[in-house]
Amino acid sequence: MGTSHRVSRREFVGASAATVTALAFPLPAFAQAAPRVVVIGGGFGGASCARALKQIDPKLQVTLVEPNKTFTACPFSNIVIAGLRSIEAQQFGYDKIAAGGVTVVAQAATAVNAAARTVGLADGTSLSYDRLVLSPGIDLRFDALQGYDEAAAAKMPHAWKAGEQTLLLRKQLEAMDDGGLVVIAAPANPFRCPPGPYERACLIAHYLKTKKPRSKLLILDAKDTFSKQRLFQNAWKELYPGMVEWISLSQGGKVNAVDPATNTLITDFGNHTAQVANVIPPQRAGRIATVAGATDNTGWCAIDPVTFESKSAPNIHVIGDACLAGAMPKSAFTANAQAKVCAAAIATLISGGTPATPKLINTCYSLAAPDYGISVAGVYQPKNGLLADVEGAGGVSPADVPREFRAREADYAQSWFATITAEVFG
Amino acid sequence: MASALINVPAKAKRGDIIEIKTLMSHIMETGYRHTTAGEVVPRDIITSFTCRFNGSEIFRTDLFPAISANPFITFFTTATESGKFEFEWTGDQGFSETASASITVE
Repeated sequence: MGTSHRVSRREFVGASAATVTALAFPLPAFAQAAPRVVVIGGGFGGASCARALKQIDPKLQVTLVEPNKTFTACPFSNIVIAGLRSIEAQQFGYDKIAAGGVTVVAQAATAVNAAARTVGLADGTSLSYDRLVLSPGIDLRFDALQGYDEAAAAKMPHAWKAGEQTLLLRKQLEAMDDGGLVVIAAPANPFRCPPGPYERACLIAHYLKTKKPRSKLLILDAKDTFSKQRLFQNAWKELYPGMVEWISLSQGGKVNAVDPATNTLITDFGNHTAQVANVIPPQRAGRIATVAGATDNTGWCAIDPVTFESKSAPNIHVIGDACLAGAMPKSAFTANAQAKVCAAAIATLISGGTPATPKLINTCYSLAAPDYGISVAGVYQPKNGLLADVEGAGGVSPADVPREFRAREADYAQSWFATITAEVFG
Repeated sequence: MASALINVPAKAKRGDIIEIKTLMSHIMETGYRHTTAGEVVPRDIITSFTCRFNGSEIFRTDLFPAISANPFITFFTTATESGKFEFEWTGDQGFSETASASITVE
């Protein structure tokens, strides 16, 4: 396809604007003090980036801004919901990161002044930076589904940020009678963890099959296709026959509204009343990204795929779930990979160099049962201003393999979690 | 296999404005795509949608290749009397589907 390499008018204009921006704000190469990088958000993206910056250039002054003293990881939190893992196994602190020379500030960032290059904190103090990294994750859109606000989430949990919500969904499942109906409402793309709702369906079904075998699970979906679809659908048939039902967008599955008083989910073509309702609403970049002027009208952050610098806010980089990364899914693995690329690019920019064009990898493991793992992997590189799939690289688990193969992938999933959390927090 | 989804209120008061929702599963193949061998994928779209109430046409629309798969069509009408809505989708390659729903107007 010869046409695919052409620079579109939008790309050309965008590239020209970026050049002008770079000239208008020359780097402070003459600065006397050590260059300062502030990272907002202590999840997989931000914590990885702060560490990587310090490792690449120990002279950098790196500050990690994160109000929570403990991070609760989303990957594997579906196993907590299924009652097979403690929430403590998901929790990590920042002591080791601080011991590595990163200044950890346990405050919420409330303001960003891109012109003055300062970050305002909840306690009224502020931090100056040469480069700012935003890794704020997602905000749930409590304006997207009629009736689904923060109060409704206490009745119909989203459990899409790990912690109290994870435990609430687990408690509701434990309290449910055998024979009850569990409904998961899955959002349209893009959203955090594309295979997540379907892994959750599997692991909740595993709990139901074990403890409440007369129960049913229904997925109401705002999409017609989803990540690892064939593998998940095969697993539902193989492991949980007759228990899991998926209603796609074209079958009327899109939830438009909810009624928390009756635990009812409302689509264009019918109402579904659940004993346990898990409503995963549409999402957008965490709020500080909008405060910083880094979000566009999608609610997410457009970035340069080489440096992860915001297309609208100079000297501000956005990584992880909050950024629009083209073909790269919103995952912990992605956030970690982007963090390292972004850290290297920032170190290069600060020293006056030109960042190299990166290649990034993502892998997502999902558990269809505790001993049944499936995975998808992809390789990505910048193309036409976005991160695009490298064709022929990556792939998904094969369809027809013996159970030992699935058990091995479940072991790989455990190893992956241990490895990434050790690298980021250990 | 095509399938229709219909949402018509079961009951309404005389004079109420009611919303009718329909969704027809259909590939809506534009006719502008080619296979890897270079052959044109033949156009296969719904070309017409009609709604009749108690035998009289109350809504009709033509559909074109730019309309996405699984067309979702909603419209409003006034509830005048009890009766039956009949829906009909017709299109390329002999496509023809019908569905119906009743309303009680008080």
